[in-house]
Amino acid sequence: MLRTIISRLLQGIVVVFCLLLITFVLVRLMPGDPFSGEKAHSEHIIKKNKERFHLDKSYVEQFAVYLGRLAQGDMGDSPVKEQPVTKIIKHSFPASLILGIAGITIAILIGIPAGILSALRKNSYIDYGAMVIAMAGISIPSFVIAPLLAGQVATRVSFLKIAGWGDPFDWILPSLTLGLGTAAYLARITRGGMLEVLNQDYIRTARAKGVRPAMIVTKHAIRGGIIPAIAFVGPAFAALITGSFIVETIFQVPGMGQHFVNATKDRDYFLLPGVVILFGTLIVFANLVADIVLVMLNPRLRA
Amino acid sequence: MSKALPLSLFVATATLILSGCKGDPPIDSYTEKKILVLGNSTEPQGLDPQIVSGVIESNIISALFEGLCVEHPSKEGVHLPGVAESWKANDDFTQWTFKLRKGAVWSDGMPLTAEDFLFSYQRILHPNFGAEYAGMLYYIKGAEAYNKGQAKDFSSVGVSAPDPHTLKVQLKASIPFLPDLTKHYTWYPIPKHIILKHGKIDQRNTPWTEPENIVSNGAFVMKEWRFNDYIYAEKNPRYWDHANVKLNGIRFLPISNQYTEARMFFNQQLHSTYSLAPEMIEHAANEYPEYLKQETYLGTFFIRFNVTDPALKDLKVRQALALSIDSQAIIDHILKGGQTQAHGIVPPTDAYNTPKVVSFDPIRAKKLLEEAGYSGNKKLRISLLSTDKEVSKRLSEAFQDMWKKHLGAEVSIEQREWKTYLDRMGKLDYQLALGGWIGDYPDPTTFLDMWKSGDGNNRTGWSNKDYEGLLAQAEQTKDPSERFRVLEKAEALFLSEMPIIPVYWYTSNYLLHTSVKGWHPLLLNNHPYKFVDLELPAK
Repeated sequence: MLRTIISRLLQGIVVVFCLLLITFVLVRLMPGDPFSGEKAHSEHIIKKNKERFHLDKSYVEQFAVYLGRLAQGDMGDSPVKEQPVTKIIKHSFPASLILGIAGITIAILIGIPAGILSALRKNSYIDYGAMVIAMAGISIPSFVIAPLLAGQVATRVSFLKIAGWGDPFDWILPSLTLGLGTAAYLARITRGGMLEVLNQDYIRTARAKGVRPAMIVTKHAIRGGIIPAIAFVGPAFAALITGSFIVETIFQVPGMGQHFVNATKDRDYFLLPGVVILFGTLIVFANLVADIVLVMLNPRLRA
Repeated sequence: MSKALPLSLFVATATLILSGCKGDPPIDSYTEKKILVLGNSTEPQGLDPQIVSGVIESNIISALFEGLCVEHPSKEGVHLPGVAESWKANDDFTQWTFKLRKGAVWSDGMPLTAEDFLFSYQRILHPNFGAEYAGMLYYIKGAEAYNKGQAKDFSSVGVSAPDPHTLKVQLKASIPFLPDLTKHYTWYPIPKHIILKHGKIDQRNTPWTEPENIVSNGAFVMKEWRFNDYIYAEKNPRYWDHANVKLNGIRFLPISNQYTEARMFFNQQLHSTYSLAPEMIEHAANEYPEYLKQETYLGTFFIRFNVTDPALKDLKVRQALALSIDSQAIIDHILKGGQTQAHGIVPPTDAYNTPKVVSFDPIRAKKLLEEAGYSGNKKLRISLLSTDKEVSKRLSEAFQDMWKKHLGAEVSIEQREWKTYLDRMGKLDYQLALGGWIGDYPDPTTFLDMWKSGDGNNRTGWSNKDYEGLLAQAEQTKDPSERFRVLEKAEALFLSEMPIIPVYWYTSNYLLHTSVKGWHPLLLNNHPYKFVDLELPAK
């Protein structure tokens, strides 16, 4: 087990390093630079600014300087926002984290019970209803759900705002938007996993032995049936934290998702690698946790 | 306990939902507290007046800092005293003397003197500092040479402080509009003692603009800055005119999504939006005419020609393309924001008559194109460089259609994201490109200087010695109205050579709550906050 974790961690480090290297080079290969704007600047000013960020040097030298600073916990300064990248991340990560946790909680609370219920009542109206709703949830993009929630729900409920990030009530609508799509996937995956398990011999044996149906489900079926869902939840959690650009802009959430998009648009040579390191690490970590949980649930996976 | 907690949570939630009828609009409580809540597009790139270069930053900085002169709340071209109590120029507007207010202090109580101005101008012009907007001070004698590192000593720059309350400025040319320039944030004073406390004069990126460090001299001071969430500026009790400041504070919200912003406004969360999407203007005009503002804005939308391109070298081709654009149709059907047809590059004012060179004349256009050799089977095939903004897409399609209809030209649209678009335009790697320009100050030169050869904003490959001669002549012309006549001549020459097609003059479309008073339309779309007030609507 420990060996698996260590090997996975090492793989993760390689993955994040490759991601960083690719991002670092690609963003510099894109046309334009962080300093260009509608109003052009004089050449001597552009030259000065390039020197300031070592952009006058070769990519190899730039990357070496970057890695040197990174080893000391410094991700460089954003040439666009004129602030240390670590500070930008420190300011915007909490909102993304809250949104991710709330989103995945909603997804689990809705998705898993709905999936289990559908599987237990296979081909009933409950099953069809839940799966139709799930299909709709997967098909409707967040940029449709979000304005609907803002326009139809927030305008009617006193403690909800159209947009903003002041008190915990403001977490409700954005995390609902984020969570609903994931809940829909989760419901379908859980249903599939449960159906497979419910057809297994050991469940039939348990039934034949006269174990109470409730016991069969809680004690035997869920443990196996939920495995695909857990494999999904880990990466989904990372995706919720990282992929919230649309939800952030519609609900005015001061999170990280917008930096991911804007840093690319702005050619922010330092913010983008910083965000990529963070998101890459998160995804690697979430997958690792999911793997560990899977091994714990499924003894057959233990080496 | 374990059972009581979920139950009490449920009861609390249910109570909240049941009490869900909307009470007083949230904006009323801000109005009552005299706190102005403004949508401000995006998070500012910073708050150092000598580093930033955008309108978003300017909106916040103009609350925190004050220059030598201040805008009149409702009249163009009227300068009110700011840090300067009085000012005067010599006969040919090349030498200016500003008398500074004796009681003026920074928000930490330190006196604000002419030395702060000298320090500010030295910092923004410092060759190592690399201020993007240093060019705004090139009107000062010797400023450009110092900024480019050609002159080592700051004493060669034409600013001096004979005493702590006098600032003398020696200009390189006749600039009657200097008071207008001093209202721009690049000319604001910055606190020498604070800057040097946090770094060196030529050092960027020091923490002096952090909320806990920043010291300013405007009607408001920074209180709270929550990244990507809001900036809150509070009334400055040490501001010299604080007795006449009516607001207690201003909240700036970086709302980048125009639809979210409009929804927030209609749900009474904002006093004003930063902008309004074209497709929402009609809705607002019909449903909420009391909120909709459509004001003239000092900006021009145009199409650039790459005059070095073989097909576009021919003036007749450029003229034909220009004459076949029906800009009124574009305003009426796409923009819908009350813009005006542009017949020149400089938006006209009372004193300046923009030459009328460009108009819609498809018959003449067709004739010109035939004269240029495009008749029968020979079709004009060109490409139009555009951006990925929604309005740019729609405009490009409209131009494409007009050129096809009136000239039979085959125009392909090259839609590129913003930085690629800028990059290609800068390298003259295009044929036709959408473009726009917002003036920095209300004087024609803010639209005319950029077309000089070698100017980074030219981006057309066009240059003309006579044109530059006329601009130089204007710099030496003492009489302001005569100066305008020279500039009009320069613009007429520029337009006759047609390196661009002027399409329309901008308007600013936004929503403003009726509780906001003392907020008037001004050409630069700035609203001096010290004159703004909030009043609850009568019930």
